[in-house]
Amino acid sequence: MADTQRPTGAKGSAKQKGESAKALRGYYEQMVLVREFELRASEMYARAKVGGYCHLNLGEEATVVGLMAALKATDYLFMGYRDHGYALMRGLGAGPVMAELFGKATGVVGGYGGSMHMFDLERRTMGGYGIVGGQIPPATGAAFAINYRSKAGKSADAVMCILGDGTTNIGAFHESLNLAGLWKLPIVYVITNNRLGMGTPVELSTAEPDLYKRGSSYRIPGTRVDGHDPVVVRDAALAALEQARVERQPVILELMMYRLKGHSVVDPARYRSKEDTEEAQANDPVPAFRNKLVKSKVLDEKAADAIHDAAEKIVNEAVEFADSSPDPEISEMFKRVYATQVPNMPDRFPGDPVVVMS
Amino acid sequence: MTEMTYRQALNETLRAELKRDENVYLIGEEIGVFEGSYKITAGLLKEFGPKRVVDTPISEEGFTGVAIGSAMLGLRPVVEIMTINFSLIAIDQIVNHAAKIRTMFGGEVSVPIVIRTPGGGGQQLAATHSQNLEVWYAHIPGLKVVAPSNPADAKALLTAAIRDDDPVLFLENLGLYNLKGDVPDGEQVGEIGTAAIAKEGTDITVVSYSRGVVTALEVAKEFAEKGVSVEVVDLRSLRPLDRNTICESVRKTSRAVIFEDDLLSYGIGAEISATIGEGAFDWLDAPVRRVAGAEVPLPYAKPLERAAMPDAADLTKVINETLAASAFKGDQNV
Repeated sequence: MADTQRPTGAKGSAKQKGESAKALRGYYEQMVLVREFELRASEMYARAKVGGYCHLNLGEEATVVGLMAALKATDYLFMGYRDHGYALMRGLGAGPVMAELFGKATGVVGGYGGSMHMFDLERRTMGGYGIVGGQIPPATGAAFAINYRSKAGKSADAVMCILGDGTTNIGAFHESLNLAGLWKLPIVYVITNNRLGMGTPVELSTAEPDLYKRGSSYRIPGTRVDGHDPVVVRDAALAALEQARVERQPVILELMMYRLKGHSVVDPARYRSKEDTEEAQANDPVPAFRNKLVKSKVLDEKAADAIHDAAEKIVNEAVEFADSSPDPEISEMFKRVYATQVPNMPDRFPGDPVVVMS
Repeated sequence: MTEMTYRQALNETLRAELKRDENVYLIGEEIGVFEGSYKITAGLLKEFGPKRVVDTPISEEGFTGVAIGSAMLGLRPVVEIMTINFSLIAIDQIVNHAAKIRTMFGGEVSVPIVIRTPGGGGQQLAATHSQNLEVWYAHIPGLKVVAPSNPADAKALLTAAIRDDDPVLFLENLGLYNLKGDVPDGEQVGEIGTAAIAKEGTDITVVSYSRGVVTALEVAKEFAEKGVSVEVVDLRSLRPLDRNTICESVRKTSRAVIFEDDLLSYGIGAEISATIGEGAFDWLDAPVRRVAGAEVPLPYAKPLERAAMPDAADLTKVINETLAASAFKGDQNV
């Protein structure tokens, strides 16, 4: 049996020596913000403020924070549909992210995308993608564009493409890896292995369940890393990004973690065994990191509580912002479809006459 | 004006655009060393090098997606998909991504890619290599679809497509590549979204696009000798669709036949017919008729292939029937 069964096969010890207390505290603040945001998003979904699908980063906070700590603001990020936490860490703002979930004009993409489609061109956050694996060819294309325009080096741009464990079986993944390996593109493919593709365990979906090995046929090296500690994740991501920047070597990073809840907010995850759920909870990265920081005296209980309170305040304000924001203008609906205006662009609402002769 | 083939017009336009803008690059299977399956990119690898003319593995989904991602960062890829049949392998990237990215991401980013691809049967390539799938793309908001019928339009519309900030599917046809025609010299930027009157007439309108226009013009010439004045509308752009030019023509002629290379049911002709029904109903003297492909996976054997594909004889027959249905008697209608 492959060692995906438990994240223990992952590289990365939890040594935090040499880390400044300030940095560690910062990571904890960010993890708590993601946690609080996602719990509130779930609540808002239950209250029908949020529509459609809503996939949460609960249990993945250390991974989200560690990856985003490694990614430079000038690097490009492509994501799957479980994207709220990444959007928060890239500075899209809790208010605009929540407003996007609410479908409001003040949302990060004006209410046109919703939960799965966080995007910010200025922050080089090139989108959450709802089609599984759909982000991988465009992410590879972004790396192609970097390669087209600039030389490799320590200060070169790179691309990070986030995908889930289930995504490694789709053709787009393999076609993209082949192209990236062939053309030596500056990209890191991050596989967030939460061990379940919706309800299907990795071992039941994937003939090679050691996902970090899946680049072997494309000469793309891979590493498996414990996704429960933001410092471990960050360091692994920094090393991978460095290879991409300096050597133009695409890299796979497999991060091991648990998904604390169902696939999306409406999924009670009844397919999970009691033991599995208990294990996921026992490995919850947020309290684990808190305990670690308290033990090492980076935080005391009071300071840790204050961090929770501060995150709660940010999320409260985000909900207020979203709730009080206007809906998108219906009359603006056609304006975003095309960038270059040409004659005879469709602008008919249902029931409008199709032919209007002068 | 210079007389050249449709193929030469495409080749020269690609060369001119590669020279004009260093963000323009070509990507596709066998377009470099092999110079293109249909030699549209002949000489370009030699002239511009492998950075600008990128040969790919057989990975339509992969390289189309790469083009999309690079376009999001400001490059202007011109993708060659060897035939439109293979675009089905890339359809997730075209329909779910290229077409949606701008709207879905709030209008913040555009995807300025051109996908050049030939459609059409008639070369005995059998069922999987002879399709006309343009209507699949013409159905999708966020895409533009153009289908030039002659070398001059091929140049003008390809130039426009490359300079357009939206994804454009540029439909070619194997049967058009050797077609000759006069092409204006110098820079020509066509207009996406408008139809052209390829030939003026007064008695009956034939609406067509791409290769169908060539056949329609031949048939119109024969009818002219018999005293019937056929107007030919060349759609040029399938999305957006210039409905008004179609309806204006039919209001003038009172009769309409649509000649299309694709399949009949749910085809481009169905859309045109509905448009005429709404925009020229009171002017019609006969039902709108469609001449389209037989609804079979196209067979290999030449007699079967010929029978399944719409041709000049089919169009002639339907024009005659439409004239008869409205008791047309020559200049009575003028």
